[in-house]
Amino acid sequence: MTAHLLVRRAGLFDTFQDLGRIGFMALGMPTAGAMDRVGLRLANALAGNPADTAALELGVMGPELEVQAASLRVGLVGPITADLVDNPDASPVRLESDRSHLLKHGQILRLGMIDGTSTAYLAASGGFALPAFMGSRSTYSRAGVGGYEGRKLAAGDRLPLALASAPVRDELRLAAPFDYGSGPIRVVLGPQEDYFTEAGIAAFLGGPYRVSREADRMGIRLEGPKIEHAKGADIISDGIAPGAIQVPGAGQPIVMLADRQTVGGYPKIATVASVDLPRLGRALPGAEFRFSAVSVEEAETLRAEQEGRIARAIAGLVVARPPGGIDTARLYDSNLIDGVVFEATPTSPRRSAR
Amino acid sequence: MAAVILADVRPRYLSCGDTAFTVEFGNEIAPGINARVMALHAAIAARQAEGGLTGLVETVPTMRSLMVTYDPLATTRAALQPAIDALVGDGPAARLAGRRVRVPCCYEGEDFAPDLADVAARAKLSPAEVVERHLASAFTVYVLGFMPGLAYVAGLDPTLYLPRRSEPRVRVPRSSVAIAMDMTTIYPFESPGGWHLIGRTPLRLFDQRRQHPVLLAPGDRLVFERIDRAAFSRLDARVTEGTLDWTDLIEAA
Repeated sequence: MTAHLLVRRAGLFDTFQDLGRIGFMALGMPTAGAMDRVGLRLANALAGNPADTAALELGVMGPELEVQAASLRVGLVGPITADLVDNPDASPVRLESDRSHLLKHGQILRLGMIDGTSTAYLAASGGFALPAFMGSRSTYSRAGVGGYEGRKLAAGDRLPLALASAPVRDELRLAAPFDYGSGPIRVVLGPQEDYFTEAGIAAFLGGPYRVSREADRMGIRLEGPKIEHAKGADIISDGIAPGAIQVPGAGQPIVMLADRQTVGGYPKIATVASVDLPRLGRALPGAEFRFSAVSVEEAETLRAEQEGRIARAIAGLVVARPPGGIDTARLYDSNLIDGVVFEATPTSPRRSAR
Repeated sequence: MAAVILADVRPRYLSCGDTAFTVEFGNEIAPGINARVMALHAAIAARQAEGGLTGLVETVPTMRSLMVTYDPLATTRAALQPAIDALVGDGPAARLAGRRVRVPCCYEGEDFAPDLADVAARAKLSPAEVVERHLASAFTVYVLGFMPGLAYVAGLDPTLYLPRRSEPRVRVPRSSVAIAMDMTTIYPFESPGGWHLIGRTPLRLFDQRRQHPVLLAPGDRLVFERIDRAAFSRLDARVTEGTLDWTDLIEAA
């Protein structure tokens, strides 16, 4: 058997995703791809991969994976609980997220709940040896294409690895968790803002809107102030961009995300600026948002600034200590930031508070 | 003559955030408008093939508009829109020679046709009359979209025009035959959907096992043929096995 990861227990919604299936929307093929392109890129950077390498996108709760390779380096990003055990009966060692880890043959990586958001990423150094479908390894489960057999993971799956062992190298971590921003979600009004009354647009920009339980990779239904239509809730179908906010007749908005359909017939009041799409892609049911309108030019500038922050986060990756060791670099950083004197007592590593 | 007038009308440009904009040629379903959409779609592809239009990612044609997606890190709306506008009106209007495709459809049962009674009531017709008018409609595929292989099919009998449901269903079964506005469609997969479900076909609009996974193409003419539950089951089994003879259903243009 070639090098692989054995799925001992599936998570709630684990799929392979890259930066999307580009160029086939005219056939009705959705782009799919990472719900949080920032998280995917950081995970790949930690693993030493090109940005578009397919990684495991973990939704809400992660899987339990057994290493069937001589060694494997993974890049783990997002506030997810991770434990490593040498065998099913061994006591677990807690692994920090937002860093790379070197795993050995037979070790079991137990990924648990994601804290406060819906999405985390696990990239493997060298990537997974999966076939591309229409130029991408992104899973689009409604059509059963891409990723691993076109579906989310199930117990017993063997996920083929491109490398039989991990290249020798230091482990790396993010200097700080990536700041996705807070405050209102920036949107550009349109393409059909003229299908809503002034009061309807004011209600939309007034908010707040709560993420309902109907939230998945296709989109999220929001609940909040009713948005009034000016001339009905039907248009002749036109294209749906990432982050398009369509409003069916009941007046409650739906934000269209990675697995969204290519075209649709509900009027779209606004489109989420690409800088804030990862925040929607990570949103859990119950999360509350307000929206604020920006121009196309402002949205383009915000996105360019975010790309700068991502590039600096990747350029600023620092060497990480092995689990169980004392991360003096992090303690030192903390002292510089908050001026607290730490005693160098051995503690189990834990995620930084968010 | 309508086409001559249309060709002089400049399109509207609609914002779709900072990664896309829509070139809207009209707000109605009309062959002349759709031809302008397909012509711009083709002109952009040709310019891209020559190495032009840096930062343009892809284009998405619909009945009456073309969405242009772009990478905001490689270009800007301000740079790309004039370059697209310069291509409007260039190139030949696409003329599509469609095939004739027979679509067996079962209109029976609450599971296959949950909205048939409601459509009939709203159209002030009997359910049988709704089925007859659907069977008699002269349907043509305009564009593909929404999901892989889903065709927007115009030509519905005008007495059956209804808006979409105000609340879309969370789950519509695969191969459901549905109507809304002046169109009919067939769902390639189980998915959410807001159209009125009046029947089901054993055909699959998207099947990875076929050499061409997408069944229909723009320009195809569809003829629905009524089948009963027993015939549905027989055909469905053959489709599932992959033993259906498609040449029996599709006549070349």
